[in-house]
This record gives sequence, C-alpha cells and structure tokens, in this order.
Amino acid sequence: MDSRERVLAAVRSAIHEAGEPVVTRNHDTTLAGDPDLVELFVERVDDYRAEVHVIDEADLTLRIGEVLGAHKVNSLVVPADLDGAWLKTTHARLVHDSEEVTAADLEGIDAVVTGSAVAIALTGTIILDGGELQGRRLITLVPDLHVCVVRVDDIVGSVPEAVRRLNPTRPLTWISGPSATSDIELNRVEGVHGPRTLVVLVVR
Amino acid sequence: MTVGLQPQPGVKFLGMPPFPEAARTALGDEQLRRNLGHATSTIRTKRLNAVSELADWEELRISGASIKDHTLAHLDDYLEQFAAAATAAGATVHWAADAEEACAIGVAIARQHQVDEVVKVKSMATQEIELNEALEAAGIDAWETDLAELIVQLGGDTPSHFLVPAIHRNRHEIAEIFTRRMGEVGRAAPDDLTADPARLAEAARLHLREKFLRAKVAFSGANFAVAETGTLVVVESEGNGRMCLTLPEVLVSVVGIEKIVPRFEDLEVFMQLLPRSSTAERMNPYTTMWTGVTPGDGPQEVHIILLDNGRTRALADRVGRQALRCIRCSACLNVCPVYERVGGHAYGSVYPGPIGAILNPLLHGVADEHDAALPFASSLCGACYEACPVAIDIPTVLIDQRAEAVREKASHVGPDPERVAMKAAAWVLDSPKRLRFAERIAIRLRGLIARIRWLPGMPGGWTRSRAVPPIPEQSFRDWWAQRASAEREREEPDGQP
Amino acid sequence: MTHVSLFVTCLADALFPDVGKATVTVLERLGCTVDFPAAQTCCGQMHMNSGYPDEAGTLVRSFADTFAGADAVVMPSGSCAAMLRHHGATVAPGVAVPPVHELSEFLVDVLGVTDVGARFDHSVTYHPTCHSSRLLGVGDRPTRLLQAVEGLSLIELPEADQCCGFGGTFAIKNADTSAAMGTDKVGHARETGADYLCASDASCLMHMRGVVDHQDRAARRPASLRTIHLAEILASQ
Repeated sequence: MDSRERVLAAVRSAIHEAGEPVVTRNHDTTLAGDPDLVELFVERVDDYRAEVHVIDEADLTLRIGEVLGAHKVNSLVVPADLDGAWLKTTHARLVHDSEEVTAADLEGIDAVVTGSAVAIALTGTIILDGGELQGRRLITLVPDLHVCVVRVDDIVGSVPEAVRRLNPTRPLTWISGPSATSDIELNRVEGVHGPRTLVVLVVR
Repeated sequence: MTVGLQPQPGVKFLGMPPFPEAARTALGDEQLRRNLGHATSTIRTKRLNAVSELADWEELRISGASIKDHTLAHLDDYLEQFAAAATAAGATVHWAADAEEACAIGVAIARQHQVDEVVKVKSMATQEIELNEALEAAGIDAWETDLAELIVQLGGDTPSHFLVPAIHRNRHEIAEIFTRRMGEVGRAAPDDLTADPARLAEAARLHLREKFLRAKVAFSGANFAVAETGTLVVVESEGNGRMCLTLPEVLVSVVGIEKIVPRFEDLEVFMQLLPRSSTAERMNPYTTMWTGVTPGDGPQEVHIILLDNGRTRALADRVGRQALRCIRCSACLNVCPVYERVGGHAYGSVYPGPIGAILNPLLHGVADEHDAALPFASSLCGACYEACPVAIDIPTVLIDQRAEAVREKASHVGPDPERVAMKAAAWVLDSPKRLRFAERIAIRLRGLIARIRWLPGMPGGWTRSRAVPPIPEQSFRDWWAQRASAEREREEPDGQP
Repeated sequence: MTHVSLFVTCLADALFPDVGKATVTVLERLGCTVDFPAAQTCCGQMHMNSGYPDEAGTLVRSFADTFAGADAVVMPSGSCAAMLRHHGATVAPGVAVPPVHELSEFLVDVLGVTDVGARFDHSVTYHPTCHSSRLLGVGDRPTRLLQAVEGLSLIELPEADQCCGFGGTFAIKNADTSAAMGTDKVGHARETGADYLCASDASCLMHMRGVVDHQDRAARRPASLRTIHLAEILASQ
C-alpha cells in the first residue's frame, strides 16, 4: 500500500462513525446598512497607514505623475498592458513587465504602478488577480513603492462579496496596507519585505 | 555549509522536563514574564476590538466550526478531490503518512535541483516534522524568512508562539542577536543598529533580500487548501511569504490534511475569522492564493505534500477531533492565563498553549510523560473556548484527555499515590456517613492542621505559596442536624404527652 | 412559598460551613423553606476534572437520587452548578440530573429579587469566577445583588475576567503556575484597596485566601484583605 492509500485508509477508519455534521451558514454575506463604500474603503486603507487619494478619472495621469514625483521615483515598472496614457506626466525610466524581467532586474526599480481586480471596503483590502493592468506577481513585490489604481466599481462591501467575485484559478494577492510585522513585542511596524509604501488612487 | 542554525542542546524540546517542572523554571524568569505579560495583554485588547466590529461574529464562528466539522467527516473524499484538482492545475501532489516520509520527499526535491540552500516561509507543519533539521542533515541550509522565525533561528532558540514565535524576546535581545549572528550567515546587521523596531525590521529586510533573490527552491505550509479548486492559501504580514511563493523556481508546500475546506467560497468565512483572531487586524497585510502553476508567473514547479503525522489519530477521537478545526490563529494562547505566565517553551512542543495541550496528546497519544502532563496544564477557566474562532471546546477536550492519561498510566504503572488518593476520596464522598466521619476526624485534628506550614510530596505544592485553610469547629451537616433537632425540641418540648 | 433543597457542596460542608449557613439565612429571609437532604455529598467535579469520569459518574448518580423530585436545587457555587448542568449527563449517561441553580441565579431569576435586605458597611471588590461567568453565564447578577446591599461600596476589580488560578487539582499538580495566577489576582484585589475580596465559589476563595494568608504570614503582618463569599455578604444585616 502506498502512502496515499495508507493516509486515506486511516482517514476512512477514523471517520467511519463521524456522522453527518450539519453546516450552518448564517453569517452575513453583504455589508449591513448602506454605507458609502468609497468613504469606508478610504478610511480603512488609511488605517493601515497607506497613502490614499480619491480622484477623478480625468486627473488620473496627472495624479500618477504627482505621486511618482513626490516619492522621487526614477525608475518604474508597469504591467505589459498598462496604458501609456497613464504615464505621460512622469519622466521615470520605464520597464514594461515581460517574462524576461527578473526579480534581480526589479531590485533596482523604485516603483510599480498597477490596476486591481477587486477591493473590499470593510477591510481596506485590494485584490490583484494577475489580470488586466496587474502584471505578474513579482512586479508588485520587489519595488519599494506600489501605486495601485482602484476603480470605484470594483469596490465591494464585505469579504464574502469579494470572494464571490474572484476567479480561484488565477494567482491572487490580497493586499491590506503596506508590508508590516508585529513580531517585535507585538508592535506593528510598517515595511518589511514587500513594498514599504502603498499609494492607493481610488478613481471615480 | 552548515552554520549551526538548529536549536542548541539544552533548549531543544527533546529532553525538556514535563510541563509542571518546565513551568516552574519559566515562572522564575522575570524578563520572560514581563515580555509575555506585555505582549499578551496588548493583543487581548486588540482582538476584542477587532472581533466586536463584526456584528455576525458568533455566526461566523458557527459557520467556521460547522464547515470544518463537515469537511472532517468527509475528509477522504475532499482530499482526493483536492489532489485531483491541484494535479490538473499543474501541481505534483505527494502523500506522507508521517514526518519521516514528508521530510524525505522534501529533501529529495531539493536534491533534485542540486541546491545547498532553500528559503522558507513560516509554517507550523514544517516545524512539526522538523524539516529544517532534515534538510541540514542533507547539507542544505533552510533559511527562515519570517522576522520572528529569523530571530528564533539566529538566536539558536525554539519558537514559543504560533504567530509571534519570538514573543519571549524583547527588542533589546533581538538587536543583540542580529548584531551577533547576521554576519555569520549572510549580510551583517548595520553597525549602528538600535533596538528601534523599525530599524530591526529594516535589518531583516536587507539581510533576507539577497537570500530571496538567490533562492531556487522555497518551502511553505498553507493556511487553507480548497478541495474543489486545488487552491492553496498563505496568510501573512511581512511579504516574506510572497517572496517565497513568487520568486523561486520551485515551491514545496507541506500541508496538514486538516487544512482542507470544501469550496473556494468557504474562504469568505476563514478570511474573516483568522486575521481578526490572530493579529487582531481587519485583514492581514498579504494573502497569496495559488492554484497549481500559472505559466509565466511564479514558481513553474509546484509540489504539495499532504501530511498525516498523527492527524488521523486525532480524527478518530470522538471528543478530540474538533481540535482539527484549528486554524492556528493563536487567540487561545493570548487569552490563556497559564500561557501568559509560563510561555510557550514549557509545553515542549511546536504547538504550545491551550490548543497544544490538547493537540499534542491527540496527535501522539499520552504514553509519553510530556504529552500526558499537557492536558493538566490548565485551570479549565474556559477563556480559550470563548476566544476560539472555530469554537473548539478546549476545556471539554482537556478533561477527556485527562481521563485518557489516567487510564494510560493505570495500565502501565503500579500503585500510584495520586490514584489511591482519588479512589479513596471517591469512596469517602460516595457515602454521607463516611463523609461525616472524615469531617469529624478533621475537626478533631483542627489544632494540628492549623499549625501546618509545610506538607511533603504533591500537597506541598499548595503549602509552598498558600496557607492551609483552617478547619471549622463544626461541619455544615452537623450544624444543620443540631438546628433541626433544636427546632423539633421547640415544637415538641420535653414532658409533653 | 418557595421550597428550596440546599446542595451545600462538599467543600462548604467540610471547610466553610458559614457559607452554607449564610445561604440558608438569605433564602429563609426571602420567605423560602429550606431543606438539606442529608444523603448529599459531592457533585463529582473534582473527579471528572482530574480524569476519573467513572467515579464522577457515581457521585452524579447519588446527587440525582438524593435530589430527585426537588422543586429547586440551590447551591452557593458556580462551578458545582456548572458541573451538574453541563457535564452531569456526560459522566452519568441516562441519568436525569434535576435542574440546579447557583445562588445568584436563583435569587435574581427565580425569586426576582436583587435587594435581599442586607447591610454590609465595607468596601468590596468582586471576582467573577470562571465557571460562573463562562459556563453558567451568571453575568452581572452577583454584582447587582451586591450593589443593592446597604452600606456596601463596590470597587471594580482590575482584570476581573482573569482566572484566579485555583482550577481544582491544578492547584496542586501545577502548583507554581496556580500560585503565580493567584498572586496576580490577589495583587489586583489589593490594588483596589477594598476591605473584602468577594466571590461566589468557596473553592476559588480558599485558594485566594491561602495566598493572602501566606503573604501576610511571610511579611509577619496582621491579616489583611479578607475574603468572603457572596452569600455571607447577602446574609449580613
């Protein structure tokens, strides 16, 4: 008998009288009340000490340029499909993501600009799924500044609403504020291995 | 190159005394008690806030508990479903009945890729199977990349908490460890390193960055494994998880068979329960979910080792199987008055605290004196049950495991003073006459008992720090009998017909 | 008139008879008739919690026989009530354990009284014992009763929800940890400056008093911070 058979046989013998436990799902699947999702999302992202701005679609290019300028970004990586129009106002050296770009290449890059798939107002979470305007996972990981564009239509109220929108076969990254640790005396410190600065641009 | 990363002799779990004695040593460590007291009281308050924010917290607990119970009752089907889905998505699924098999599979994969080092994201399962030791024996360094695990590894120490494995270390001790040890195994700590937590985190970032960029093979655990899709989930804070799960070419994940949830949608429950119970946040900074191999993105060779290692033993225990609901949040550790005072090391296992006190005996049985002592390492106050996000009734399982331990001892050991005392007490208490007789003997000896300042043997534990209660002049039942007869006399005075 | 069968608990019977007497006083003052079935002994908690469920089962069966048919079984102990209510059927399957009431539950819920007509001119801090609060869920009943006592000033106990460290045989098997918990609990009680540390379980009180007396003896000072059962305060006038 191989290990697979041994483990499965042990499981079967252990549960032979386990019966049929009833699954009770009475938790909320939507957000109670009717809160302003953009306002709530902004408040919650801000709680993680991320930088967050609500802007108009028309100002997006300008604001990306301002953010990159304010953070003194000299080099920038963007997903392969990211619209050049977003980057008209920046003079940073630009790298477009492709399979040739390695983590070592990204080590010298100051920032990354991406879109996002879904965002959760209640928890201030952004979810990337490697789809449109998001690129491969490593580009949002190695640079020290992540500028993430969130469309208001992609903001849902609660965790269940977000999970139900996701495609599990895609590589998913949930981001709630900048990288942080509580390992030293349980004090929260922002900035360990991931981007130490997260800037969220919420686009109306 | 092996650099002596494993715990030094003397702090290793093996060879530690059983709980009561280890606890006594820990209680004598004032620094440890201060570190723990500060850390656990901070997180307790934060957790209450995080939990009270959700109006449906109790419903979430019930959803979480019942989803896990259902999964465990059909675990064979769900495991097969998971393995099939993960395989279809490009992962290679391995099965390991015990730690030895799991380590052998992991070592073989690392060897195939001819590496002399791997990076690791914190995982209870790999600690449980002592994967680092197995890799080191094969000449492969396993670099822990979680900040606390790094502190523990560099300090030649063992973890004492699931979530904050270095909870027993304060910032000054950490700065000292980094300064002394980082240079020996890679990029040295900055010369001007201080005990400022932000500076310590920065030192870890710089030290580990070169390891992340270099590593070909990474090891991880998983918080959840979704049967219907073959998806694995790692919940983390620092980004070291993302580094390990994204940058290397090869990823090996060791996953306990109890980590399964049936459907992707079930994550909506656990992604609310876990962060709020563990770090007391609305959401942890980073969560990675991956399903097999994504072409062009992340590791292109993905292995999953499904681990039993005693879990089916626990699963067979009718009362104890609920312990397999555990999502390793560590809320029970943080609220436990025993854990708060003695820390994690006294439990002598990678699983400390209340959950460890039931999980270890369930996984291994109670034949070993360490495992047998753990169910007794609790005052049964019930704070753990109250805090548990999947409603594991830890006190009830503790009581059941105590009975196991007593039965096990009785089957091997000859006359045992404790057993004799408990049997004698049961005999006395089973009869009001005998109880009354025992009370009267005590009353006769009350003068003597009042002078007791010290007792030998086990009862001596009481007298070391507590006075013996004084014996009253009369028991309640004698008082009641006296009162009743006085009343009867009042009602029927002598001399009347 | 409410008829009450008193289960005094083995500990109060043998070591703290004043707790039993006080319970009788309060109940009779409120118009109950009290009887004390002489065949009673112990709820079986010590045996169950120490790993001897069979012995515990025997004691639960005796309890059920002794109190069969009682209108209301009342006891001055949260942990004995919790044992009988929640674990009785586990150790004695098939046995019909009569419904039981912890004293504060009985006074507030059944008799509907919070002011029991007591007077106690002292400051008091209250420790809600773990089994009363977590297993029985007595909530604020004991403190509501205390607040209604004339002359009594109730001072909040810091970290009240933390266990005192008694835990039955835990107090002996893990004596050092138990004592460390007891020391912290007594420390918090002393911080309040209250004259009395009150609780609803004689067992926890025995442990806390043991710590207090041991500390006083070691410091060679007269007895300080007295411990007292809820029933004793409610009985005083």
